[in-house]
Amino acid sequence: MTDFLGRLLRTPQGFLGCLIVGLIFVAVLGGHWLTPFGPEDMQALARYKAPSAEHWLGTDQYGRDILSRLLDGARSTVVMAVAATVIGTLGGAILGTGSAYLGGRADEFIMRTVDAVMAIPSLLLALLVVSLLGSNSANALLAIAIAFMPSMARISRSVALTVRKQEYVSAAIARGEGSGYIVLREMLPNVIAPIVVEMTIRVSFAVMLFATLSFLGLGAQPPATDWGLMVSEARQYLHRSYWILLWPSAAIALTAIGFNLLGDGLRDALNPRT
Amino acid sequence: MSASYILKRVALTFYTLFVVSVLVFGITQILPADAAVMMLGENATPEALEALRQQMGLNDPVWLQYLHWAGGVIRWDFGISMRTGQPVGPALFSALGTSLTLAVLALALMLVLAVPMGIIAAVRRGKLADLAVGFLSYVGVSLPEFVTATLAVLLIADFWGWLPPAGYIPLTQDFVGGIERLILPVTVVSVMMIAHVSRMVRSELVDVMHTDYVRAARLKGLHPRRVLFRHGLRNALLPTITIVALDVGYLLGGVIVVEEIFSIPGIGRSLMSAIQARDLPVIQAGVMIMAATYSIVNFAADLMYAWLDKRIQYD
Repeated sequence: MTDFLGRLLRTPQGFLGCLIVGLIFVAVLGGHWLTPFGPEDMQALARYKAPSAEHWLGTDQYGRDILSRLLDGARSTVVMAVAATVIGTLGGAILGTGSAYLGGRADEFIMRTVDAVMAIPSLLLALLVVSLLGSNSANALLAIAIAFMPSMARISRSVALTVRKQEYVSAAIARGEGSGYIVLREMLPNVIAPIVVEMTIRVSFAVMLFATLSFLGLGAQPPATDWGLMVSEARQYLHRSYWILLWPSAAIALTAIGFNLLGDGLRDALNPRT
Repeated sequence: MSASYILKRVALTFYTLFVVSVLVFGITQILPADAAVMMLGENATPEALEALRQQMGLNDPVWLQYLHWAGGVIRWDFGISMRTGQPVGPALFSALGTSLTLAVLALALMLVLAVPMGIIAAVRRGKLADLAVGFLSYVGVSLPEFVTATLAVLLIADFWGWLPPAGYIPLTQDFVGGIERLILPVTVVSVMMIAHVSRMVRSELVDVMHTDYVRAARLKGLHPRRVLFRHGLRNALLPTITIVALDVGYLLGGVIVVEEIFSIPGIGRSLMSAIQARDLPVIQAGVMIMAATYSIVNFAADLMYAWLDKRIQYD
């Protein structure tokens, strides 16, 4: 484990990724205590302020402290993205691993259907699901999870196919174990490493997809501190201050870059050959 | 490439469209919207509503409604928009033309920039140029389209005033004005693909340049440029075809966002307003058209790949 961590931190991607994602998690976990102001505190006399010693990142159209809002929004934005990715990955992994285990006609049928669902762009699929369930954060989470399932099923299937040929799986079949036991206890644990890499990179997609849904008015609703929503609201006040637009945009980009770097670093650390 | 491979691939494309149609019909069926109420208004009498439901077949079992709808789609009849009362097909296909202009220009811009960027990064591996391309591609894949679009409008349209901030003019009507309005949306849509594809070209080319046949070509004393272009690139660019085709999914998603921000009357914008108004026939037709575009592009890419790479024998 320490050996693995050492390898992860030695690559520039892994180091930077750990640093950025670490900082983001500090904001997520401690955001509530770190905020200098309340995220909803309005100061009528301090609207559209540029960054200063008092308001590090400036204030928005209602005089709310942008740094406080960003820190507060980190929780909803990042936690939701991670949760959506985990649910989507789990669903996809079970489907893909199960399909690889069944093999033959059933595998062919499941994978062709998964391919077919992938013909609908994930943003569009998420839009449809949200419009079906109603616009709020919880439904956006579910929509993104569903939109991720087909591609995760594909990836886990190709990994599982390699695992399927291993001897310990044949041994379990020879022992007469049930299908559920073999898929969940023998195959899934060995499929996890490559899936974790893919999942980490996916979190950055989820952050972006989440922000996009909120931006289009189909995710979090005002006065939530969701970063995509902050960008969307800031567009109306651009002529007064562009800081209200720049900071949430930067936060989204930094989070996405962080998870991308971490994913690439993990991949390199898990495959010492490349 | 055998005839049976093509046939199998055609069957697969049709199966994809079938699954998408069932999915889309299913989702729109569950949507809480009563078509009859939407068309006649909240104040319509129960008798009038019932009569319209009867006429539109809304009282039929779901599978019969599906067959009715799918039968129409096959004959290019996508039904009547609940909001406008006009046939869905013609309006959506003219919107599709607008979106395709945007998408094709974005693809072209992506190829022109991403392939050379990937080549330079691979050739100058570990040097400043490689790091610069790597950095740009990390930033590129990490910026959602709505952020790039908003920043581009802020800087280039509002601050410098170089280009109009939004709007669309058909190229056939006013070429210069049309292009002026397309520059920002096309660039925004292509950013993410440029970032992704340049990285793929780089890693493919780095792999290919380490193969035995490239080493053999070098040892034969061929000019390095000839080795790079004739031996390296030819093989490195093949997988790029598949990657670009798969990226068309992102492209279509990006088109939805960009059309919304730049007020371009394309299929993405029609879909967004249909989703907001719960205009079921337009949602169904829009998703079908998008999925069909994606499947056809990937079908073409697979055929092209099989045709270009003679080593691969599909059966």
